[in-house]
Amino acid sequence: MSEQPILQVSGLSHRFGRRIAVADVDFQLWPGEVLGIVGESGAGKTTLLRCLSGQLAPTDGRVAYGDRLGDMVDVYALSEAGRRMLLRTDWGIVHQNAADGLRMGVSAGGNIGERLMAVGDRHYGNIRGHAVDWLRRVEMDIGRIDDLPTTFSGGMQQRLQIARNLVTGPRLVFMDEPTGSLDVSVQARLLDLLRRLVAGFRLAAVVVTHDLHVVRLLAHRLMVMQGGYVVESGLTDQVLDDPQHAYTQLLVSSVL
Amino acid sequence: MSPLDEATAAAAPAQPANTDGYNFAYLDEQTKRMIRRALLKAVAIPGYQVPFGSREMPLPYGWGTGGIQVTASIIGPDDVLKVIDQGADDTTNAVSIRRFFRRTAGVPTTERTEDATVIQTRHRVPEVPLQAGQILVYQVPTPEPLRWLEPRETETRKMHALQEYGAMHVSLYEDIARHGVIAKSYNYPVCVNGRYIMAPSPIPKFDNPKMDRSPALQLFGAGRERRIYAVPPHTPVKSLDFEDHPFTVQSWEESCALCGATDSFLDEMIVDDQGKRLFVCSDSNYCERRREPAGGEGAL
Repeated sequence: MSEQPILQVSGLSHRFGRRIAVADVDFQLWPGEVLGIVGESGAGKTTLLRCLSGQLAPTDGRVAYGDRLGDMVDVYALSEAGRRMLLRTDWGIVHQNAADGLRMGVSAGGNIGERLMAVGDRHYGNIRGHAVDWLRRVEMDIGRIDDLPTTFSGGMQQRLQIARNLVTGPRLVFMDEPTGSLDVSVQARLLDLLRRLVAGFRLAAVVVTHDLHVVRLLAHRLMVMQGGYVVESGLTDQVLDDPQHAYTQLLVSSVL
Repeated sequence: MSPLDEATAAAAPAQPANTDGYNFAYLDEQTKRMIRRALLKAVAIPGYQVPFGSREMPLPYGWGTGGIQVTASIIGPDDVLKVIDQGADDTTNAVSIRRFFRRTAGVPTTERTEDATVIQTRHRVPEVPLQAGQILVYQVPTPEPLRWLEPRETETRKMHALQEYGAMHVSLYEDIARHGVIAKSYNYPVCVNGRYIMAPSPIPKFDNPKMDRSPALQLFGAGRERRIYAVPPHTPVKSLDFEDHPFTVQSWEESCALCGATDSFLDEMIVDDQGKRLFVCSDSNYCERRREPAGGEGAL
């Protein structure tokens, strides 16, 4: 339906001093598409994600976002106010560590309502209604709406983080190891939930992980990174079932 | 002048010999210039916190070092000073600061709100409406309204700059979720001139409506935190709220036990060890003046 990409990345590089963290990354992400980024620790996955999501200005290259009006806006040419506005309306970020993405001293309802209040909602009843609605959608007990996130399990905190991000109806979500610190059964349920939400809202997403199961379930396309470079990319099943690059072959064969 | 003031005035003449080495109103002229420059900037950007080089004052932080520096910078020989602490003119801090300026600046002092040109206050706005030409100087302990939501100063400044005030409403949301009402009863956050969110200093929210479009100039000084901010005359000051939980002020079922006032901010006092309670006006001058002509109408 839409003929412009939601994210267009060209020649993106980032160096910390003389150390290369991310080198020469090009890709396009289309609305409703989920891109997985895999690689070992230190491959530059998280740095790339931070560059993409407007949190870290890259040394070189361009990140352009296709907004609702059909314009491609250069994320780093925006004013900081514009970039922050984007981050709390059209974009969402799910952190590996829920404490980074949540206000731990604020109740679940307050956490979900924060983005609404940030964009100007001033009606308590509405905000509360949205919070209840979203708790239900991420399959959490509505009775916990006034409890602090510190009293939640890891899986529930992650669900809350997702609800908090999706409440303003973003179009693009960045996820850094969304299932990183969870046990296998909780991971499976969370992945189910994410898959349903991504499909239901036609969300575009960039998922960084070192877990190949996660990308096989979630991602349509896959990029494999090593030492800052993208060594292989393509459709998820194609890359995982018929790896071409030596490192990808190693990665696929080392799955337990 | 109260009997107390007369006593201190008699003991210490207007400019006694032991203040000879000091400049008018204690602070040196360069410091006053620096503070006045900060004040001008604060008035030009209502609600914005202007940093200034706070000086050591002969009283401890938390006792009004910010307010006293602002007062010292704006006071002139023709001014009449009133100092209140929690609404009262006769508490230790109010008496000492009044005496300080009588000694160092030789200015007349008063307890009558309408006679004063400069009023330094801690925790209250006087009950008598302020007029054009008067200046109200607030002593402020924590100038940053976002401090308890966001501990990083760099981040709070950015939030002010970008008008990112969602977190402030989150704290009000939390209050309603937990208590059913916005339970914050003092230092209630306000939005000044539709732009900056400002801490009104720990005045009861009862006094917030008095700040709105007040004809008097309101200056805020935080000595320890080194910030000055201001609300110029006739500036809109709106207390934050939700559409379905509008801002309200405190109300009492009792009236003042001394003067019978029903429209003033009342302090609750426990008068015996059976827990008997008494409510009296927090603004001592307002209460006294109501009792002057006809004697008390209250319960006592």
